[in-house]
Amino acid sequence: MAKIIVVTSGKGGVGKTTSSAAIGTGLALRGHKTVVIDFDVGLRNLDLIMNCERRVVYDFINVVNNEATLNQALIKDKRVETLYILPASQTRDKDALTREGVEKVLIELAETFEYIVCDSPAGIEKGALMALYFADEAVVVTNPEVSSVRDSDRIIGILHSKSRRAETGQEPIKEHLLLTRYDPERVELGEMLGVKDVQDILAIPLLGVIPESEAVLKCSNQGIPVILESQSDAGQAYEDAVSRLLGDERPMRFLTAPKKGFFKRMFGG
Amino acid sequence: MSSPATSKASDCFRLKGSMFTLSMIELIHYSAIEFSNQLSRTVNQAPRFFQQMPVVISLEHLADDSTPDFKEIIEICRSLKVNPVGIRGGSDAMVENAFTAGLPSMGSVTPSPSPQRAQTSSPQPAAVEPSLVPARIIDRPVRSGQQIYARNTSLIVLAPVSAGAELLADGDIHVYAPLRGRALAGINGNTQARIFCNALEAELLSIAGQYKLSEDLQHSELWKQSVQAMLEDESKLQLSPLSLS
Ligand SMILES: Nc1ncnc2c1ncn2[C@@H]1O[C@H](COP(=O)(O)OP(=O)(O)O)[C@@H](O)[C@H]1O
Ligand SMILES: [Mg+2]
Repeated sequence: MAKIIVVTSGKGGVGKTTSSAAIGTGLALRGHKTVVIDFDVGLRNLDLIMNCERRVVYDFINVVNNEATLNQALIKDKRVETLYILPASQTRDKDALTREGVEKVLIELAETFEYIVCDSPAGIEKGALMALYFADEAVVVTNPEVSSVRDSDRIIGILHSKSRRAETGQEPIKEHLLLTRYDPERVELGEMLGVKDVQDILAIPLLGVIPESEAVLKCSNQGIPVILESQSDAGQAYEDAVSRLLGDERPMRFLTAPKKGFFKRMFGG
Repeated sequence: MSSPATSKASDCFRLKGSMFTLSMIELIHYSAIEFSNQLSRTVNQAPRFFQQMPVVISLEHLADDSTPDFKEIIEICRSLKVNPVGIRGGSDAMVENAFTAGLPSMGSVTPSPSPQRAQTSSPQPAAVEPSLVPARIIDRPVRSGQQIYARNTSLIVLAPVSAGAELLADGDIHVYAPLRGRALAGINGNTQARIFCNALEAELLSIAGQYKLSEDLQHSELWKQSVQAMLEDESKLQLSPLSLS
């Protein structure tokens, strides 16, 4: 049985696409056949982060509209054997996605894939609803600031009321909180919410804390999912998160600011 | 009950009796400005609750010689997305004016001592035993953007209520967890309604339309404490600690 995981947040720019790429890659690295679908129709940046933008011929919408087969549209990752990407269209608008169309594609993908990771667009409108509707699990990506937490809260409410599982009275979507762009130094200064503050408000299980990291920007510019950068803090944090997603227990890391050495303290770090 | 003798297969409708619970706007006196101001304040407290809500305008407490302009009342209501569907009570002249403006009379109730007027401190024996409407119980977090209404009863929430969520009840509201959203009790004018919560972090508390915003609440020493809110003299929202000591 394929598992459909939506990566969602309400708010834009919090790290959904970064996380979708990392989690998809992480699952595939462990041998699970995984596809990451870009639901952000019109914007299309998953393929940039995964470095396959020059190989896009057909996209998700073409498949929905029966203009291409799934096999024509799926892009096989060059680095990880069992990883595939289904890119979004840059030229269509969001209304091109229909629920029936999406369902048809998901059913077909479920025949061969173990994990289907849906990278949701921002907002709480049609595109985001479409990405979460069929989900079995949800990774709620949140930054440690009030507006992002508020939007995540809203999305969790929507998972409970407007998903297929909610509408058909099935077991609810399994929710995971992924706190990203976490900057322990700013938390200590009181400029950002801490892990506990966010957990208090959202009250769903914590999947992981991804530190604010230069590695993320560097990797996304080079088209490398940051999880492949196994020396980096963010890469390791995503690695832990994927393990927890698969049921392993891992202690939380990167929750405190690294102690600055004498020179760094003197001259800034 | 529809009798088979009066409904044929070819009929395009059947006439049926039915009962509805409607909210009432009880006019005490009328001026367009005051009416419009108060209504917009009320609606703004819970815009989604009032969205296209049908209401009856009650004229029972209006002096017989007052001359409310019903066209104006309809306009003001509609502009705030409230839908007047009829009137109750009123002098013959008012009933006729209302009808011309498009508001039929839904009858009047025989005058009884209104509970608001009967201001005695000793509890009065209830004339009619009210039938028990079970409280509405919610055991899942109420998230930002969600709204829960307990019609004709009280609301009990056993999980956190997020900022941006809204609780509405005709009766009391209990929250056995942090209350961070908005809570409006006694929304049909029940000044006896109360709000109880485990940790007061609310954006707004309101009882029978009397409200306090977090701006005011935050400075209270009861902020983040277990609190009960009730109306003093049916008009002033008061907080008190909910502890045994
Ligand atoms: N942990 C992180 N540290 C630093 N920058 C990050 C981190 N996560 C995301 N970013 C940056 O934030 C921006 C938005 O990320 P993205 O994944 O596109 O968000 P979304 O898909 O939610 O809009 C990008 O520039 C990305 O590089
Ligand atoms: Mg994105």
